[in-house]
Amino acid sequence: MAAENQSLEIHPMDQFIVKPLFGDGPLMWYTLSNTTLWMFLAVLACAAFFMLGTIRRADIPGRGQMIVELAYGFVRNMVESVAGRDALRYFPVIMTVFMFIAFSNILGLIPASFTTTSHIAVTAAMAVTVFLSVTILGFAKNGLGFLGLFWISSAPMPLRPVLAVIEVMSYFVRPVSHSIRLAGNMMAGHAMIKVFAAFAGVLGVGAFVPIVAISAVYALELLVAFIQAYVFTILTCVYLRDALHPSH
Amino acid sequence: MEGDLTNLGAYIGAGLACVGMGGAAIGVGNVAGNYLSGALRNPSAAASQTAMLFIGIAFAEAFGIFSFLVALLLMFAL
Repeated sequence: MAAENQSLEIHPMDQFIVKPLFGDGPLMWYTLSNTTLWMFLAVLACAAFFMLGTIRRADIPGRGQMIVELAYGFVRNMVESVAGRDALRYFPVIMTVFMFIAFSNILGLIPASFTTTSHIAVTAAMAVTVFLSVTILGFAKNGLGFLGLFWISSAPMPLRPVLAVIEVMSYFVRPVSHSIRLAGNMMAGHAMIKVFAAFAGVLGVGAFVPIVAISAVYALELLVAFIQAYVFTILTCVYLRDALHPSH
Repeated sequence: MEGDLTNLGAYIGAGLACVGMGGAAIGVGNVAGNYLSGALRNPSAAASQTAMLFIGIAFAEAFGIFSFLVALLLMFAL
């Protein structure tokens, strides 16, 4: 569907094609593709960020250590304020999710790179993992009391069954919105930049208008890359709070 | 040409589904605007409520995402 229309020199959706790194073979689950490469680079960047930042620990932090401490404190505050003190046990996994998504998003903004988080398959894997683990955790911590999440005891009695149906539906829709929000935001922003880039190729002398627009959109995308990582993480915290304290 | 007619319907439907994103835009703007007006009335309480702001935006945005999902399904899964 994408390659039919050749009116633009740069097709905005071409950047999302998953290709094998070596050769043109078919894509199997074990094939090394550009998704694999950029995911690996994101993990590497995460590790380098923390290791280089804390390699020379000092009481008066340097620039690198300051950024690491800022990121740590930011996520820790978020977990504590949204999910509660007893959720701090799960802080490492939430920190990992946040850093991985933030670095994937920001690495994807490098020109000619590949945005792994723009693929629903990638974000859905993360969202479904969060959904399943939170559900299992909820039942493990509260037993059948976890079902109290769907039975809103503050509502009037006749309304409760109706609300229960709505709550169950909204619970199972969570991984869908959780994953598509991230993928959709990433995909839309990058496609928009490529559309403007194609305009610049067509306009000739007037190309400075789309180029200025690209610069502005790029700055916005940097903000979106961070905010979407933040939103994904904060929703994980909200789901975690529901699992730990299901009663309304 | 017969196959093109089904594609035509799917494309028009995908375009129409995107109208639903306008509703999400109104919802997100409503959340952010109300947060700002509340924050300007009581700036000392604003910092503690930014998390609620983003949760509210995320939930308001979810329904725009469902319309986007419908558009994607019509474009690629039909």
